[in-house]
Amino acid sequence: MEIEYKKFTLSNGLRFIVHEDHTTPMAVLNVLYDVGARDENPGKTGFAHLFEHLMFGGSVNIKDFESPLLMAGGENNAFTTNDLTNYYIQLPAENIETACWLESDRMISLAFSEKSLDVQRKVVCEEFKEHYINRPYGDVAFKLRELAYKQHPYKWMTIGQELSHIENAKLADVKAFFHKHYCPANAILVMAGNIQTDKALALAEKWFGNIPSGEKYIRQLPVEPKQEAARVLEVKADVPLDALYKAFHVGSRTDKSYYAMDLIGELLGGGGSSRLFQTLIKEKKLFSNIECYHFGSSDPGLLLIEGKLIKGTSMKSADSAIREELDKLSSTTIEEKELMKVKNKTESAILFEDMSLMNRASNLAMYELMGDVAFMNTELDKYLEVSTRNIRDLSGSIFEEKNSNSLFYYSNN
Amino acid sequence: MLNRKSAPEITDAVKFQLSLPPHQKLSLRNGVEVFLVDMGTVDTLMMNVVFYAGNCYEVQNLVAPATNFMLKNGTTKKSAYEINDYFEYYGAYLNRSAGHETAELTLHCMKKNFAELLPVVSELIADSVFPEEELEIYKKNMQQRLQVNLRKNDFIAGRLIDTYLFGADHPYGRYSSIEDYAALNITAIKDFYNQYYLGGRCVIFIAGPLPADIQQLVDTHFGSLPLGGSAKPDKGNPPIIAVKEKKYRVTNDPDSVQGAIRIARNFPNRHHPDFQKMQVLNNIFGGFFGSRLMANIREDKGYTYGIHSYLTNLIQESALMISTEAGKDVTEATIKEVYLEMKRLCDDPVDDEELKTTKNFMIGTLLGDLDGPFQVAGRWKSLILNELTEDYFYNGIETIKSIQPKTLQELANKYLNATDFYELAVF
Repeated sequence: MEIEYKKFTLSNGLRFIVHEDHTTPMAVLNVLYDVGARDENPGKTGFAHLFEHLMFGGSVNIKDFESPLLMAGGENNAFTTNDLTNYYIQLPAENIETACWLESDRMISLAFSEKSLDVQRKVVCEEFKEHYINRPYGDVAFKLRELAYKQHPYKWMTIGQELSHIENAKLADVKAFFHKHYCPANAILVMAGNIQTDKALALAEKWFGNIPSGEKYIRQLPVEPKQEAARVLEVKADVPLDALYKAFHVGSRTDKSYYAMDLIGELLGGGGSSRLFQTLIKEKKLFSNIECYHFGSSDPGLLLIEGKLIKGTSMKSADSAIREELDKLSSTTIEEKELMKVKNKTESAILFEDMSLMNRASNLAMYELMGDVAFMNTELDKYLEVSTRNIRDLSGSIFEEKNSNSLFYYSNN
Repeated sequence: MLNRKSAPEITDAVKFQLSLPPHQKLSLRNGVEVFLVDMGTVDTLMMNVVFYAGNCYEVQNLVAPATNFMLKNGTTKKSAYEINDYFEYYGAYLNRSAGHETAELTLHCMKKNFAELLPVVSELIADSVFPEEELEIYKKNMQQRLQVNLRKNDFIAGRLIDTYLFGADHPYGRYSSIEDYAALNITAIKDFYNQYYLGGRCVIFIAGPLPADIQQLVDTHFGSLPLGGSAKPDKGNPPIIAVKEKKYRVTNDPDSVQGAIRIARNFPNRHHPDFQKMQVLNNIFGGFFGSRLMANIREDKGYTYGIHSYLTNLIQESALMISTEAGKDVTEATIKEVYLEMKRLCDDPVDDEELKTTKNFMIGTLLGDLDGPFQVAGRWKSLILNELTEDYFYNGIETIKSIQPKTLQELANKYLNATDFYELAVF
């Protein structure tokens, strides 16, 4: 399905994309800032995400962000990843100007209140506890990143490396972060839904066009050196079951290998007919669950496999059973039909994802961040070009033993 | 010069005319009812096959979810692997779910593949064989999953509060155990399947830009199935026996850093005249990000990442539930604030501005929630399964638009008394 859009550059350099859809009564305003956890100082991790919370604490001219939006019938949220921060508002299309007013004011400047920082520090600490401390296996993602990355800032989590980094955040840090990253030069604006392009452009110019452009942030991150030897970390914890995690270095989201890598993930772990599920859960009965996934990260990322062992299975036999499946992918060419299956799944997934106006708006922004919004409409073709040979060759290089990071997580009960 | 201090003009969302797009109802020759919602611009379809086969029909714990799960694990013609492979080859998702009242199969697929997939959905319903080996794998894997969940305070809190509200023997209050999984057997599952799937009541919802021959397709693949017809099996609405003791503190994990909190009371179902009014009051109280519980306990005090209140989505009887996880040192303070917010709603009328904001928000988001065929089908499904008519939808909108502070205060005094609530914290 072709997504239609028009792309503009406002007078201050802000990139602006409009997507008309007159089948919905709603409109979405999406603002993406090109800053994520990878841009943080190693001693002050978790900042991009903490900052996202502060974006709801009032801006320079508007004391209360939430109430006027509710009054306009709108809802909003935001998310932060290691790569980017994305804010969105959905509301009845008649009231789109309210979204422009709110979103542009917090691009000009925040209110920077001590009270807001004090409260959100606590809220984020509770979020940290809820997701990563107060649950079994909660620390796994931290350990895996630290194992797989030695230089690149992907070695810490979006939520932050440790609670103290968040607890110690100062208002001066908040201001510096805002001025460095939150400006038109580092943002992408999308307006989507039941709106006319010329009207959308006029609104964007009116509310965003005169915000000082700011300085374009030039990212200079340490490059992760190529891993030369397999790494293993063993952990004992108070959990009910042994679990096994493996992470392999893969290319970035914009690397040409991305599409084959994504399909390899599907072949291994996507659903009840996938290879790991069928062989290791159903046939060999070594695992009670197993998954394979990646984050599609902007810099070179990881392909991860994780599963919980059936009681009585040894870590060694579980690990070698996974290894056997990975070797099969690199030593034998898969059937065309199996490749077609994962391509069909991808086609379907894209179609379902694009049903939501909110997803279309944020995806337009993300493809523009990747280099060109036009990529959104050529994505499926790139998947369809992948051959069985590509799958075999890429599997061979990803699943090399020296590219592997294994975490053996033992139950001590 | 642009005035950035004052908000642009808005259209009040309460002025919007909302309508529920229509459905078309078919009654197949075997009595199965089919509801079609033909709308949408993206070529994707959703089919939701609902059976009256939830856990309120069980005689043995966990038989209902196990039967539902195993519908996808083998027919006389296909193995579990072949079934998964078939759906996945077409990029389709076939999900199962079992609740208290109903159990369902839901297909999401691309429109172009619908005709290939329909006969296999029908095969799963009419021709499942429940292989012994598949059941053993299911039991083991579910036991392991349960072992992990039992370490989560939030999971424990969710189970316990339902036993207080409804009694441990009521289907809403009954929960799983390692032993109950171990006791599952093929005979009980096959009996349940024969009685509540083959012999039970089936209702189907299909939504999306439907193919022109939809009626014929549905009739061919579902009209000839030997299903039990349109009669709803009798479960005699088991008595709700709430426990007497109201306050609980439970230790689950001595090292935990947060307490999982539930504060809840029984509440009548959707047929009660207060239900829709209560949804407005609940919105103000703890129903969304701008609610009082969030504003006070998260945005002012920072005790929690999130706190919510809601009316549970059950047919026989509902409950008003407040749910959160808060730092161990502020758990008791959080509970205290929840009661203070109840008391404020009892003592003082909601001011006009706050009420207007809530009304606009509710109507505005409802407009968004009706945006798409699957969402519209979901609304119809809720009405039909709760034995309500279209009027209920429009009454709900009218209630939001017209409700006054006085009514809300009366409602608060009727339903938000601290002494009526069960209170639980799991550490």
